[in-house]
Amino acid sequence: MTVAGRSCGEKARYPGPGTAGTSGAGAGGGGTGGGAIRTLVAWVPDWPVVAAGVPAEVAAAVVFSNRVVACSAGARAEGVVRGIRRREAQGRCPGLVVLGHDPSRDARAFEPVAGAVAAFAPRVEVLRPGVVAVATLGPSRYFGGDTALAAKVTDAVTSTLAAQRVGEAGSGCVVGIADGAFAAGLAARRGTVVAPGGSAAFLAPFPVAALDQPNLAGLLVRLGLRTLGAFAALPATDVLARFGPDGARAHRQARGLDERPLTGHEPPADFAVQVELDPPALRVDTAAFAAKALADELHRTLAKRGLACTRVCIEAETEHGEHLARLWRSDGALTPAAMAERVRWQLDGWLHAPVSSSDRPTGGISLLRLAPDQVVPDNGRQQGFWGGTTETAERAARALARVQGMLGPEAVVTAVPSGGRHPGERVTLVPWGDEREPVRPADRPWPGQVPSPSPATVFAPPLAAELVASSGDPVGVTGRGTVTAAPARLSVDGGRWAAVASWAGPWPADERWWDTAAHRRRARFQVVAGDAAWLLALEGGRWWAEASYD
Amino acid sequence: MALALPSAAVPPGLAGLPESVRPVSLAGGRVLPVLPALVGLLPGGGLRRGSTVAVAGSTSLALALLAGPSAAGSWCAAVGLPSLGLLAAAEVGVAVGRLALVASPGADWAAVVAALLDALDVVVVRLPDRGVRAADARRLGARARERGAVLVPLGRWEGADVRLSVASSSWQGLGEGSGHLRARLVEVVAEGRGAAARPRRARLWFPSADGEVVPAVGGSGAGGSCGEKARYPGPGAAPSFRRTSA
Repeated sequence: MTVAGRSCGEKARYPGPGTAGTSGAGAGGGGTGGGAIRTLVAWVPDWPVVAAGVPAEVAAAVVFSNRVVACSAGARAEGVVRGIRRREAQGRCPGLVVLGHDPSRDARAFEPVAGAVAAFAPRVEVLRPGVVAVATLGPSRYFGGDTALAAKVTDAVTSTLAAQRVGEAGSGCVVGIADGAFAAGLAARRGTVVAPGGSAAFLAPFPVAALDQPNLAGLLVRLGLRTLGAFAALPATDVLARFGPDGARAHRQARGLDERPLTGHEPPADFAVQVELDPPALRVDTAAFAAKALADELHRTLAKRGLACTRVCIEAETEHGEHLARLWRSDGALTPAAMAERVRWQLDGWLHAPVSSSDRPTGGISLLRLAPDQVVPDNGRQQGFWGGTTETAERAARALARVQGMLGPEAVVTAVPSGGRHPGERVTLVPWGDEREPVRPADRPWPGQVPSPSPATVFAPPLAAELVASSGDPVGVTGRGTVTAAPARLSVDGGRWAAVASWAGPWPADERWWDTAAHRRRARFQVVAGDAAWLLALEGGRWWAEASYD
Repeated sequence: MALALPSAAVPPGLAGLPESVRPVSLAGGRVLPVLPALVGLLPGGGLRRGSTVAVAGSTSLALALLAGPSAAGSWCAAVGLPSLGLLAAAEVGVAVGRLALVASPGADWAAVVAALLDALDVVVVRLPDRGVRAADARRLGARARERGAVLVPLGRWEGADVRLSVASSSWQGLGEGSGHLRARLVEVVAEGRGAAARPRRARLWFPSADGEVVPAVGGSGAGGSCGEKARYPGPGAAPSFRRTSA
């Protein structure tokens, strides 16, 4: 209930991204601190570690691009600090648990905490996962003052954390209140309540590094401005002229003013649903039965928010720890039945894959997960008036989906015109139901394309061929791009020899010479031999029939 | 046709609209349209729904057969043709977005074809190498009849209503090391049973130098090539016609 109320209120007030940065000066009127809204900041230290579910006393660190971005109290006690290299951290603390950096996990796990704070006041802003800010003017008055509010918020957040992570609950939550979100953030680090109008004085002794703008802070230190107080004493207009908008914003922060008004933000919800199969499913129908319930659940979750899923990631884990995943896409919204059907096809494909295939699981499926990869507002379904999806197309789509169910999703394809030189390259085959996108754009110039008409049969892979001159020697192509002798006879795939009636070529094709792996040098010929016309290619001294104009 | 709009009042962008919003199959439309050049070959002037039209000796002839229904909005499928030249299909007029390919139908070949015949208008099938059991062939023919689809097997097919084959074909445009394939003169023979019992022959430019399928004018090969000569631009191509059409 509180969530719905919050998001409604926030929607009406949200000034839009264009105005957020510039409206700071105007928004000051609402606060008590002469240009800053009185703000409460609740901070859960070491949030990425807490979100990963690691108890505080375990030495753990979250590492991103080889640098420690967060560490637990246990790790800090061993000398691990933010910003050091992973190897150095491991050197200081050999038992360090290294965790991957996952901002979306942090954000999702933080949502209950933000919700707990939202119970006290609307318009909660998550500054970053682990830090939440809320304007306190009304709530303080209602709950009996800033100190009382701070205590209540601390309790609420701590109990939420305890409920979320059974047992050890990180290192708790610290709350600070001050005028302006920046000052409140620093107050939260100390766990103090700054008196109204006292933000500037509170901030003055902090080093400029607290601005969290390393470049600017470095410059200020070199200019002899070591504290926020010294920086704040500069005239605002001069700061703007010298340091630009970023500097001016930092200057506002240093003076205890709001950088910008608080705005609400909702982290992306995690809609994925999963089910554990115990005992593991060895047969498709067992797993498909579970998938049906799972699809229904996902559909309900999405429908509650007025969303529909157009692309779903089907993931399965086997009892041997293999992880299989595949994206399924549909032109329209996927109904629960359609989704369950796709799960069944996919499981069918995995469980009945050829033994040699790397996709084939070695054990039963123990976990099934459906993650909506693309959700759209559910606008219902409008039948086409002119064109669009017709009944014929729908009937065809059902039949093709049925064949996919029999043979696997990759077995039914349609062609998309695509760029390339060889007739086989100029179409991309896309599994039915997938997005029809060519691998190479067709609207670029492709010099050296084989001219139309195109061959009706394109051999993949090409057939071996022999093309000989009247002397019986194989025909070759010189470095200057001419034939060594006129072709006289042709045999394709070990077949009968046919006399060459006419021919054209060589058409040299030196493709991807910049890429040693993909580089191919070929000379193409069109040859009419007997009744048949062929597209031949000479590559590495061997003749190939690439296509037949039959 | 059905929309009697004064032609002067129709904006240019909407000129093709009546054609594109026309229903794919009218109630009496038991015949799927084919390219004009092929009309004379088929009994009823098109692909009669429920019939089986076997094509022998030419993949491009099968593609040309698909072009008419596909352009008119029908859905088509090609089964067991991993080496089908889809670019050629697009050039002859097949809407490749509505052409589903099942390259390797596997052991359940007949079941796949039957599933496709249920819903699609034209299904082109290359017969499996091990051959077709007579029972399967009968069953698929019956399925096509029942669902009003057209089955186009490539190769020999017992019980086909119409059998199309290429009697002769000669390519034009190639010289001794010069030119490129431009046009082909083919003679297509249609035989069959019932209305198609009398063999019909047609000489076609397939494709013509413009990439279309058009009837070849004139009774003999020489006449055809004379008639064509005017169409070919460029002096480089001219000598080759004399050679290949001779």
